[in-house]
Order: sequence, then C-alpha cells, then structure tokens
Amino acid sequence: MLNEDLKFKFTEILPAVLFEEGGEWLNVLVPPEELTPFVKQLRSAEGLGFDYLFCLTCIDWKTHFTMVYHFSSTQYRHNIVVKAKIDRNNPEIETVSDIWRTAEMLEREVYDLFGVIFLHHPDLRRLIMPDDWEGWPLRKDFEDPVNMIKL
Amino acid sequence: MDVSEKTKPQNDFPGEIHETAGGGVVLSKLDDVINWARSNSLWPLTFATSCCGIEMMSVASAKYDFSRFGFEVARATPRQADVIIIAGTIVNKMAPVLKRLYDQMADPKYVIAMGACAISGGPFFYNTYSVVKGADHVIPVDVYIPGCPPRPEALLHALITLQGKIKAGLTREQIKENSNLNP
Repeated sequence: MLNEDLKFKFTEILPAVLFEEGGEWLNVLVPPEELTPFVKQLRSAEGLGFDYLFCLTCIDWKTHFTMVYHFSSTQYRHNIVVKAKIDRNNPEIETVSDIWRTAEMLEREVYDLFGVIFLHHPDLRRLIMPDDWEGWPLRKDFEDPVNMIKL
Repeated sequence: MDVSEKTKPQNDFPGEIHETAGGGVVLSKLDDVINWARSNSLWPLTFATSCCGIEMMSVASAKYDFSRFGFEVARATPRQADVIIIAGTIVNKMAPVLKRLYDQMADPKYVIAMGACAISGGPFFYNTYSVVKGADHVIPVDVYIPGCPPRPEALLHALITLQGKIKAGLTREQIKENSNLNP
C-alpha cells in the first residue's frame, strides 16, 4: 500500500493520529492511551497486515520519552513507524507483547535501559544489566560516578 | 642490568655446542632450554570479545599465519592454553569471566592485551558505565599492542616480543625492576 492509502486507512481507524513525512518511512503519532486498539488493527485490518515488529525502542528527549515501534508487513512489503509520547516522570505504556511475541524481549530491554514500565507485560525484569543494578543507564540524566569518567 | 639486550628475540639454541669426533657436547642451563622450548610452542586460547578478534583470526589464517612462530594450536579450553590474547573490549559483566578464564589456565601463562580497548578502554574511556578501563585492572598483562584494531603485523610483533620475554627467563616483576625506563 502507498503512504497516501496508508494515511487514509489510519485516519479511518483512529481520527486522532498525526503524520510526519520526509523520512524513509511514514511516521504515525498515536496518543499513548489509544496505542493498544490502534496497533491491534494494524495487525488484523484488511490490507495492512503488519505482522512483523522489527524494532522497538525509546528516545529520551529530556522533557518526555517517545516510544518508537517499527512495523513491517511480510505480505504487502510496506513499513511504518508508530510513535507515542509518554510522561518522563511516570513512564508507563501498555505492552504490545500479546500482539507481537517478539516485543517481550524488546520491551524488557527498554525497561532495563530507560525504566519504562510496560503494563501487563508477562515478565518485566532486567535483561542486559545485572539484577542488582540500580538506575536506568540510557536516560540522559544518568550519573554513575564509580564507573563513568566524564569528559 | 640492561634488559633490552636480554628481551631481544633470540632464535638460536641457548648454550654452547662443542663439536667432537663422532658427535658433540652441548653445554646449557636446563632453565634456558625449557624456556627456549616453551616459547616456541605457545597455545593461544580462542578468546575474542569484539573486532580485534576478527584481526586475530586473520593472523591465524593463511595470509599472515602465526603458526610460523608456533601459535597455531588455538585451544577452546583455558586448561590447555598457555597464552590469552585479550582481543576486544572488556565490559564490567565480562570481567569476572575473564578473571575465571585466566585462573583456569595452567602455569606458566601469559597475557597479551590487543588493541586500545584492552589497554585502556580505548574509544569507550569517557562517558560509559559499562566498560573496564583496561584489562590490566582484572588480570596482569605481559605485552600491550596499540591500535584500533592493530595491524596483523603488530600482533605478530607482539607474539615475537612475548617469545623474547620468555627466552630471557625474567619474570614480569624482574623486568620492571631492572628496566632502564623505571629507574
């Protein structure tokens, strides 16, 4: 599906979506509380078929976090990026691991490095850092005077 | 004492050979013979943590071929290895594993720190929470090779330097004590 058709379809599913273009892929901004019903449609709606979540990450903008989901369709060969702004002081968002199983690990990684809480995630614990580690190392305000030498 | 003479690569048999009728007599010290034999058959541990490992594999391959100097028997177990080449970044999570591998190697054992990461943390020295700033914080190092990653020739040079060090028969501490660089 072309980006124009995708945009039309997304607005049909959720009128509150915003679009950003200019990059390689169409960016779709979704209110975080609408994320779950919206992405469920991405997978199941006729002509979309986004069956592959190939990247899930988070960006720290100092004022807020942005969750970023990259989706691809193995059938129709189109890609999109879904973004959702979340509160930095209370970073919580619904999990998508019940829709794409791969998100289970990806969300654990984001939890590990940014401290985003994924609601209803089946097994949310640290993935890369040691179990007794304190803090969220990829946050911009992370300080570690023991291990870090500041430039 | 000037150690630079002693740590120079010596490829000749250590000792005197006296030709006599119907044979010959060899005069040497047993320690020197052992060191001479040991230095020409050093088995490295297959251990690499990042891109320096690719360079180390290249040195093992046909083009550079470290078997010319007796390093070809790479072992996948520390119990049978003589030398560990730290090829790559050591992160805090890897440090206890590296220590354990070193402890499991049988004496005498030697360590080569290959590349900027193994020497000082290299490009990850500043602003990182996860990288050990030099593998010598974890285990003692015999030979350091600068580079990011070092050229295969540099690794060969380090291997030959290590052989020279073993043939000299001095320990790491003796060399440090005697060296002109550290009066």
